[in-house]
Amino acid sequence: MRIRTAGVIVAAAGLMLGVAACGGTNEPAATPSKDKGNGKLVLWTDPTRAPVLKPFAEAFGKENGVTVEVKEISENQQQTFITASQQGSGPDIMVGAHDWIGNMVQNGAIDPVQLTADQKAAFHPNALKAVTFNGQVYGAPYAMENVALIRNTDLVPTAPATIEELVKVGKELKAAKKVQEILCVPFGAGGDVYHTYPLFSAAGGSLFGTTATGDPDPSKVTVNTPESIAALEKMKALGEKGEGAIKTSIGNENGIPTFVQKKCAFLISGPWSMNDVKKGGFNFDVTAVPGFEGGKPATPFLGVQAFYVAAKGKSKVLAQEFVANYVTNKDVALALYKADPRPAALTAAADQIKGEDPNAEKFIQAGANGIPMPAIPAMGAIWGPMANAEVAVVKGGDPKTAAEAAAKAILAEINK
Amino acid sequence: MTTQVAGAGSERSPHPGPSGQAPEQRNPRRGQGGEAEKIRRREVSTGFIVSRIAVLSIVAALLIYAIPPLLQTESWTALGVLGAVTAAVAYLYLTPRHVPAKYLVPGTIFLVAFAIVPIVLTFVTAFTNFGDGHRGTKEEAIRAIETSSVTQVPGSPEYYLTIAERDGSLVFLLVDPATKAVQAGTADGLSPVDGAEVSLTGKVLSASGFTIVPTAQAAERDAEIGAFSVPTAGGAIKATGLSRAFEGKADKKYDAACDCIVNPAGDRWYANETEGYFIDSAGAHLDQGWQVSVGFANFKKALTDPTVSGHFLNVLIWNFVFAISSVATTFALGMIVALALHHPRVRGTKVYRVLLILPYAMPSFAMLLIWRDMFNTDFGLISKLFGVHDWLGTPTTARLGLIVINLWMGFPYMFLVITGALQAVPKELTDAARIDGATPWAGFRRVTLPLVLVALTPLLISSFGFNFNNFNNIRLVTNGGPYAIDNATVGSTDLLISYTYRVAGFDSGVADFGFAAAISVFIFAIVATVSTVAFWRSRRQEEVYS
Repeated sequence: MRIRTAGVIVAAAGLMLGVAACGGTNEPAATPSKDKGNGKLVLWTDPTRAPVLKPFAEAFGKENGVTVEVKEISENQQQTFITASQQGSGPDIMVGAHDWIGNMVQNGAIDPVQLTADQKAAFHPNALKAVTFNGQVYGAPYAMENVALIRNTDLVPTAPATIEELVKVGKELKAAKKVQEILCVPFGAGGDVYHTYPLFSAAGGSLFGTTATGDPDPSKVTVNTPESIAALEKMKALGEKGEGAIKTSIGNENGIPTFVQKKCAFLISGPWSMNDVKKGGFNFDVTAVPGFEGGKPATPFLGVQAFYVAAKGKSKVLAQEFVANYVTNKDVALALYKADPRPAALTAAADQIKGEDPNAEKFIQAGANGIPMPAIPAMGAIWGPMANAEVAVVKGGDPKTAAEAAAKAILAEINK
Repeated sequence: MTTQVAGAGSERSPHPGPSGQAPEQRNPRRGQGGEAEKIRRREVSTGFIVSRIAVLSIVAALLIYAIPPLLQTESWTALGVLGAVTAAVAYLYLTPRHVPAKYLVPGTIFLVAFAIVPIVLTFVTAFTNFGDGHRGTKEEAIRAIETSSVTQVPGSPEYYLTIAERDGSLVFLLVDPATKAVQAGTADGLSPVDGAEVSLTGKVLSASGFTIVPTAQAAERDAEIGAFSVPTAGGAIKATGLSRAFEGKADKKYDAACDCIVNPAGDRWYANETEGYFIDSAGAHLDQGWQVSVGFANFKKALTDPTVSGHFLNVLIWNFVFAISSVATTFALGMIVALALHHPRVRGTKVYRVLLILPYAMPSFAMLLIWRDMFNTDFGLISKLFGVHDWLGTPTTARLGLIVINLWMGFPYMFLVITGALQAVPKELTDAARIDGATPWAGFRRVTLPLVLVALTPLLISSFGFNFNNFNNIRLVTNGGPYAIDNATVGSTDLLISYTYRVAGFDSGVADFGFAAAISVFIFAIVATVSTVAFWRSRRQEEVYS
């Protein structure tokens, strides 16, 4: 008898504890049913943007009589989003970089966004181009970024017109013991295709051919064409066995700090470096990365941050309303700029920011020749092998051998 | 404990119980007659009730937590398994019987959930093409292809939309921004609406015969509005959010008759069930694919594809070198330090021990990145001490560097466990060896070391297994590099696991889980074989020395 009583008490206590443990987080009323909207919108973003988006999301919620939940995804956002979407536990709206589009589309994770002609015209053309994939617009862009040449104007008052001039000035400063390095371009022991792309492209190199519509063509990998090999030859000349302007000892972790400590007069970096550079306590200017003497202009990669409508969200119409008709407004773009100073994709917002922060406009100017970073999934196959080839030539290796090895590895990955 | 329980003989449940009931257990004089009373007393002891409440409440919490999402995704099998396991656990902890099971079941559940299920899933995945582009079903791929091919009909107006109802069914009230003409869109098509009141922003405020649905209510009918379409001559009008609509047309359609995707231009992409793609006659496929079974293709590729298998042997050799030398160096250094501090004449052993534990106590990710920067050619400490050299950019020094880093990270652990094992070596044995005339080295070699090894061999084996798959060190310090100039696929410090990570495409953001799973199966086989052989040998060793 006593045994049974104890058992019942234990069971009851256990269940109550269990209910108590869950009650707070999992109210049955909040659980959406499978095929009905629930007047709730879930948005995923990274931790920097979540607090900025929250007030706007709440305002949208109030306007439309729905609850909006902004959730931070701290890392690996793209894979987290795709995996969660597939399981049916993903958000209605995702915020992220435009070069995710190819992979998100092949996984059926996002839907196209139908923007009106007026809405499209309000964006910087490059931003709109970046979120266009296979002829469809897949997101509402809000910020753009690209690398530029940041110059310590206390050391170098005028911007170099060519890379040759940059190297010459850098060497003179180094000889005069005013700096330790000619140029700070994040490269690192593993190479960095993104930061060196302006140099590679200015030297005539390219990664993909183009399709009839002007998009990058994954079936035409051009890293081992004679032009690209010649470009690697020029990178070799700038490398450790040459001028010493590109070095494996300067990477993402120390590139910006080295510039801020005045150990180099030039830095190739993007708007994200501004907060650190301003702490350096010297005057600086932002200009486009120059080309080689008599060569083509440098084309940095353009990256665009955008809002996407999840294909497997539970409130897709609301999500469309939010992405297509709400965040395309100027105030949202301005607030996002304040949280993370990347130039706004909306022309009206960019114009307003120009007055407050001339650097933002300078970065847009520096990216005028840029090309949107290819969003095709095949771009993923480029990064590793191409970086290895660049490391090999920067260390003095033969450009042709390195380019052929990279092309082989890239094609094996694309055709797997 | 064991001997005492065995001494009780007649007890039916010779288990080591919670501390609350230890006195009864220890009393072997209690015979059969005291059994019932003993059980009852055990059942109501405080420790018993608390532990039982804890177990059952966790089980109940998990059950309640897991039910809604499972219901939502209609995973009936998972729900059934969950219910059955919960019922079994509840029964087990509410009945006084099956006492050994009470101790075995939690461990078994964790073993099944966190070891066996992942292994089985890895094996199953290895036979599919699961990965980016092949995550979902064919139906999902078709839906994605059709949805992403919808474009606005050229020249069609970009309507303002107001959601309304007529006779209880959904109606789109559409305002043409150019002409301000109002039309009602239903499942039958468009019809003009007269006398509607339209705001400046294009919202319909009122229209006779229609009830305007407020935004909040419309938001609740999201799925219904999303599925609603108004057929037109050129395509169909669909909502873009709650305030606009557009006339769109799907460029690509699935045709079940040919099991293919067709477009108006007459292009066809046929479903290929072995690749999980829609492929046209030229061999090009549409972006969206689906998951199919590929048999042994992933295993075959790992063994025959030259970009993969061509480097397999080199990687495997370095992998063994890395794992074995990591274990050997950390064990040797740990042993030296432990012996030094074990000596009775050493003062301040506590301080030394705390200092020695520090590398082990610091977060390894941060330490690895600091080590990487210390090896920096131009700015690193190592270059400042030993002269400028491309430490991590030269294969030999990169490999040596990794082993040194691993030694620094790993020896405190070895020091800790060896210190423990040394305390357990009986002093009589070492004394006896000394009296018999053994030199200190011979005494260590023939008495202390074998006894310590008996205790530590399982730890050495697990350390080997861990270092064999030591992804973090490689990833954060060298990321597999340096690479030979003619080989952009595999670096000279790549372990199988970091190599797999790259070959399976995780680095590039386009993952091939099926192939990664196949290589994981190979790694599993290698580590399992090595561990089994080592355990078998250590058991023989134990028989010799104990």
